[in-house]
Formats: sequence, C-alpha cells, structure tokens
Amino acid sequence: MTAPSQQKLKVQGAAVITANRLSDGAVVYRTAAGAWTTQLADAAVVTGTQAAKELLARAAADENIAVGAYVAPVDVGADRIEPGNLRERIRVAGPTFSLPACIAG
Amino acid sequence: MPLVRNGAIAEDRFVRILDDMPVPDGLAAIVPAARLLADAGELARRNGALGVLWPNDRNVSELTPHLDRLALVALVFPNFRDGRAYSQARIVRERYRFRGELRATGQVLRDQFLCMLRAGFDAFEVSKDADAQAFAAVVSRYSVHYQPAGDSTPSMSMARLSRARPAAVLAEMPRQD
Amino acid sequence: MYIYDDFDLTLVAERVAEFRDQVARRLSGELNEEEFKPLRLMNGVYLQLHAYMLRVAIPYGTLSSKQLRALAHIGRRYDRNYGHFTTRQNIQFNWIKLSDLPDVMADLAEAGLHGMQTSGNCVRNVTTDQWAGVAPDEIEDPRVWAEILRQHSTLHPEFSYLPRKFKIALTAAATDRAAVRVHDIGLRLHKNGTGETGFEVMVGGGLGRTPFIGKTIKPFLPKRDFLSYIEAILRVYNQYGRRDNIYKARIKILVHELGAEKFAAEVEAEWRNIKDGALALDPAFVADIAARFRYPDYKALSDNPIELKRARAADPKFEGWFRNSVTPHRTPGYAIVTLSLKPEGAPPGDATSEQMDAIADLADRYSFGEIRVGHEQNLALPHVAQRNLPALWEALDAVGVATPNVNLVSDIIACPGLDYCSLANARAIPVAQELSRRFKSLDTQREIGRLHINISGCINACGHHHIGHIGILGVEKNGQEFYQITLGGRADENAELGALLGPAVPYAEVAEAIEDVVAAYVELRERPNELFVDTVKRVGIEPFKERVYATR
Ligand code: SF4
Repeated sequence: MTAPSQQKLKVQGAAVITANRLSDGAVVYRTAAGAWTTQLADAAVVTGTQAAKELLARAAADENIAVGAYVAPVDVGADRIEPGNLRERIRVAGPTFSLPACIAG
Repeated sequence: MPLVRNGAIAEDRFVRILDDMPVPDGLAAIVPAARLLADAGELARRNGALGVLWPNDRNVSELTPHLDRLALVALVFPNFRDGRAYSQARIVRERYRFRGELRATGQVLRDQFLCMLRAGFDAFEVSKDADAQAFAAVVSRYSVHYQPAGDSTPSMSMARLSRARPAAVLAEMPRQD
Repeated sequence: MYIYDDFDLTLVAERVAEFRDQVARRLSGELNEEEFKPLRLMNGVYLQLHAYMLRVAIPYGTLSSKQLRALAHIGRRYDRNYGHFTTRQNIQFNWIKLSDLPDVMADLAEAGLHGMQTSGNCVRNVTTDQWAGVAPDEIEDPRVWAEILRQHSTLHPEFSYLPRKFKIALTAAATDRAAVRVHDIGLRLHKNGTGETGFEVMVGGGLGRTPFIGKTIKPFLPKRDFLSYIEAILRVYNQYGRRDNIYKARIKILVHELGAEKFAAEVEAEWRNIKDGALALDPAFVADIAARFRYPDYKALSDNPIELKRARAADPKFEGWFRNSVTPHRTPGYAIVTLSLKPEGAPPGDATSEQMDAIADLADRYSFGEIRVGHEQNLALPHVAQRNLPALWEALDAVGVATPNVNLVSDIIACPGLDYCSLANARAIPVAQELSRRFKSLDTQREIGRLHINISGCINACGHHHIGHIGILGVEKNGQEFYQITLGGRADENAELGALLGPAVPYAEVAEAIEDVVAAYVELRERPNELFVDTVKRVGIEPFKERVYATR
C-alpha cells in the first residue's frame, strides 16, 4: 500500500537506489558515477541508512532523468547482485507469468 | 510575482496588509478576512479601494454583507491540487454577482488558468514568469467547453441546440443483414 | 452507439495538443515531476513498476469496431501487443513510453478516444450497465444520462481538483449490473408512483480501505434536476471533503462523518440555489443527446430460429456455450453474447491486439459494429441475430474468447496486482491463474454454479474484493505475500460487503483454501441452485472457517 518512496528510511543490509526513467518509465538504478543504468549489476551498492540517504538525495535531485527514486534492498552474492524482495525481482524480471501476447503465439 | 489582469500582465496597485498592520489611507489595500470582519465599519470610511484575502476553508457567505464595498476578493490555492477556491469563486461571481476583481493567489500555475478563468477569476498572481507570459495562449487552447460555468463562453450544449443537426459524424453504424 | 460530432472531436483534439505541450515541458525540465504528475494523471497516465501505464476511457462500456481497432493498434504500435480491460470499463496499456504518449493520444483521438477522466481527482469515467440499451429488464437507456454526465463533467472548471477521485455509476435495470451502491454517487432510474421516470440518488458508497454501501439521499429526483443536483453534491464535497488525509478524502468519509441526513441537508440547501439556473435540463437538450445514440436497424426476426435449434441439438459444446454466454435481448430474434476474457490459465481481462482486431471484425459482421466492455473484465457483442450464433461461436472459439465460464468460478475478476502495480502488496493475477487451472473442469464449474471471485493486490480494492462472493485481498506480512479471504459480498441491488473468514493465508495456500471454501459450499447448500452468497447468508461463515482452518 505504501509505495517504497513514501516509507520512512531505515536501511539494514545492502541497498541500491532505483527509479523509473522519465522518458520511457524503464527501471533504472543509480551508479556510483552519478548516472543511471538499466543493469542492476552496475548499480552502486550502499550499506546502512546514512549512505543510502546520501545516495538517494543525489538521485532524487536528478528527477529530470529518472523519477520516483527510492531505496531498494539487494542481496549481494559472490559474483552478482540480486533484488532483495519480490517487488524488486518483478521490476527486474517483469511479470511472473508469460504475457498474453506470448500465450497467443 | 507577476500579476495577470484581464488577460494581460499588469501593475498590482494593491498593497497587502498583514494581520493588524495599520491600513494606509489613500492606497488600494488587501486585508485579511478576519480584519475585514472585525473592522468593517472603520475600513469602509477610509479612502482607497479595499480588497480582502479570503481563505479557502471559510464560507464565502460571510462575505455577502461586505461585497458592495469591496473592489477585490482574493481567493487562495495553497497548492494547485487544492480546488476549494474554484467553488468559492463561482459562488461569489454567480450567486453573489460580485463584479469587482476576483483574484487567484497562492500556487497559480499555467495549467490551471483556464479552470480559474472559467470559474470567474479575472486576475491571477502567477507563480512563474514564463506562465504569466503564456497566459493568452494557454487560455485560448480550448475553443469549446461542454458545460456552462462562471465565464461567458457558451457551453457546447447550448451551442448544439442553437444550430441544425450535427454535420460531421465520426462513424455511422454499419448496416448488415 | 453514441455518435461524436465536431464539438466532441475538437475538444479531444485540443486536449491532445495541450498534453503534447505538457509532455514537452516535462521532458525539457520546465515542469517538475510534482507539477507534471497531476497533469499526466488527468490524461490517464500512471507510472507503474515497469513503465508508464495509459488508461483509456470507454464511456459506459460502449465501443465501436473502429475504436476497438484503434486500441489494437495502440497495443501493437506502442505497447507489447495487448491491453488489459479493467473493472471500470477502461482499458490499460502497461508498457507505454512517455515520449510516445502524445502520438498515442493523437492516434486515439482519431477514433474519438482519450484518457480524460480515467485518473486524477476529478469525476471519473461514468460507468453503467454493459447491456444498456439492449437489456430486456431496463426502463430506458441509461447511457443517455451517462453521456450527459460525461459531457458535463469533462474538464469541469470547478471539479477538476476535488479532494479525491469521484466515481459515478448508473443503472436503469431491475438487476443492477453497474454496482451503483459502491460508488461515490449511484443513480438508479426508476418510476415513481405517478409513472414519472427519475433517479434514486445514493452517495458515499465505495470500497478501498474503508468500504461503505451508499446511502440514499434522494429517493426520487426528477430528470430535469439531474445535473443541478449532482452539481450540488460535488460542490458540497469540493468544499467540505477532507484534504488533510488522503485515506479520508473520499466522499464516503464526509457522508459518514456528517451523517447521511446532515449531508443530504447540505446538498439540498446548495441545490435550492442552483436548481432553476443554467443546469435545469431542457427536454430538447436531453432529446438531442438521446438522438445521437444510434440503434441498429434490427430485422424483424423471431426468437429461436431453426439454425439455432439445430446447432443446440447437434453440438453439446455449442449448447454449453449458448447456455452460459448468451443472454436475452430486448429485440426478438437477437441476443447479447458475452466474450470471456478468462480462458484457463490466462490473466483476467487481457486481450491481444490480434484478438481485438478479430473481435472488431466479428462485431462488424454480427453485431452492427458494436462491442461492450463490462466491469467483470469481459466483452460483449450486444446485437447478434440468434440465427448467426452458431457461426459466431465458431469464430469466437477460434479467437479464444468462447470459454463458457461467464459468471462461473473461473470467471475471476483480478486487478493487476504486484506484477504491474506500484501500490500492490501482493500478486493477484497468478492467484487467478492458479484458481482457473484448479477449477478448469467445466462440469465442476457448472455443478458449482454462479460464483464470483474477486482479487485485489492491495486495500485500494481495484479488484472489488469486498463485493466478490469470495473476495481475496493481498496483504504483506514480513515481506511475504499473504491473502485475506472474505465471503458473502455482492455487488447487485442487494449489495453487501463480504465478511472476513479468518487469518490471512500465504500465497502457496490460497488456491487450496478457496477450493476448501467452494467444497464446503457445495456440501452446505440446501439445493443446487442456492447461490453461494445465499448459503453464506443462511449458515454464516463459521462452517467455512472450520473447513479452511481445520488443517492450517
Ligand atoms: S488494488 Fe492495489 S494492487 Fe490492485 S491495481 Fe489497485 S492499487 Fe494496484
């Protein structure tokens, strides 16, 4: 119900900043260099509330490129970054069923 | 903050009086609602046009005894999403037949101009310069309106009735057996 | 079918030009997101999980074949080749680019379509009976009134920034297929003691976080006063509706806090001031609108033609579909055909561009070019000659929209949920898919009988779960998807809100829990045609509760 962007910020584990690109709505992530990427693997990973807040503030100020920035949890494995919850998995991978266009062939 | 009056950028001849600041004689002044209600008699005796800044959560019926003496009523949009003052404007204009300046204040943006104009406002304290410049273009964007409102533009319903059957139709239904 | 004239088309075209300018100003940074968001919303543009979503209005659920083809085109050209029909007689496209949207709107405008009134805090797309104009049980065509209201509320200068969204529904039939009691304003056309037709006016119904059944504040409103009275309601709401708390901003809260009587008195006082003004309806104006609804040139046919009789006798599959999906029409020899958008295992309400095109062609061939969209997320062809039913059935079957499950347990209503929606707590579509697989046997479905399952992915209740016979609401518990189950809701003239069955169940168990509920119903019902809701009413929810939670 409460969109992540409205939640009080308390970040425990690893997190990234994500948003939707203004021009087409695509899911994007904030990079360490202050740009946006569609690849979660290229996102800047932060740990803890303070670091997340700082990265978020800079990302949110960039709303002419990407809108609705918020902090999303991630699981950092040995060689890859995975989304930290179902919502974020769906944002990465799309709906959890095949789209009707595919069913119809 | 640029003022648009009667469709053009104009000088604001009114000064804003806060709470219980003295009201200078000879100047056009806008006083807060509470002040108007408290000092009505005294304010009426001074020289200079009088206006009131009326909050959007106060019933405009309280204004009626004073409207004759008011040159201006300013209504408030605390943010552009709060649309209470549209109703107030229509009541003041259409029901109370107020003929003085009806001014939109607060967050007044270009994309609201037309609604405001149609609700009866004729003066706008516009939040952004570029929006004030664009006023004439913005309010002429629509040449037709469905419903009658506080402005004088005819509504489509009236216009339709005043002419013959519509000429252009989008799609006639296909016939079939 | 309502025929747009040059006024309507001019307005829509001017709207497109305005939106093009607004999008350009946003993309250039001249408008910030806070300023732009309400503007895009007023054109039906949301930002969802994956992309922008565009919601297109289908006023009172009536579409021409040309309009349906325009929607197919939008899906194909700008989206991923499909659209999603919603519970509010709208269609949504899920993968639209903001930079394409001005062109999308221009393409839609050519067919008289737009996204106005599908979002934002304005009067939303007015909904009505999807069988309006053809249902045998209506006293007149409610779409005339829906259209008058649509025109009056479109870009209304006073009511474009209401405290919250505002939904109006109308019915003119004995059976309420428009769920008028769960709308901000519900209107029921009926005759008073002297035989005059007017409206019962209900206010303050709604679902969401605080569901209410609407209360009647005017048992009989003469037609002349239709617009002025609604204007008075809106004006009272605009001034006194709460703006301090988004969850308390709907009119239902104002009606509840003031009490229906006090609210009605406020409306009445306001109405007295305006009832004889510009909004008093001139019969010539009403007649003008009514005249622009064109009805087909029906042939003189009789019911039950030989072609139909033969096909019913010859083919049990056809017979099964006929009994399920074909409904009486008010004109002899014709029928209303419902097209199920709920095939086994598919997302409820989705149609591909190919399907939309094919249905448009069939509408031209068999239904005078007209299609209807219902709040159950199905489509209908409203004017089919009964002798054409066998041929139509084969064609529909080939398109995949002839599943004979209308109003049965697999005819599930579901919102987009967490697969698309940025507000969701949990998924809704996969739950519907799983249920439709479990109940795929048509024999079982027929044996169960009429049963409505409604699923919402969050408390906003876009899937109308409160008024489903079985309602399923997605909630979140410790980051996991859980589902609350309610029983006994209904949307019709005896509208009622469902009662909570018990603790929420996890995603993996929800389908099984529903199977338990249905099994319990089949055992508990007095006779095979006792409706699920009636059984719940008679025995209460305890026996269902025992069944579901005994093993959990
Ligand atoms: S009910 Fe909730 S999850 Fe479903 S569409 Fe509405 S807002 Fe989204």
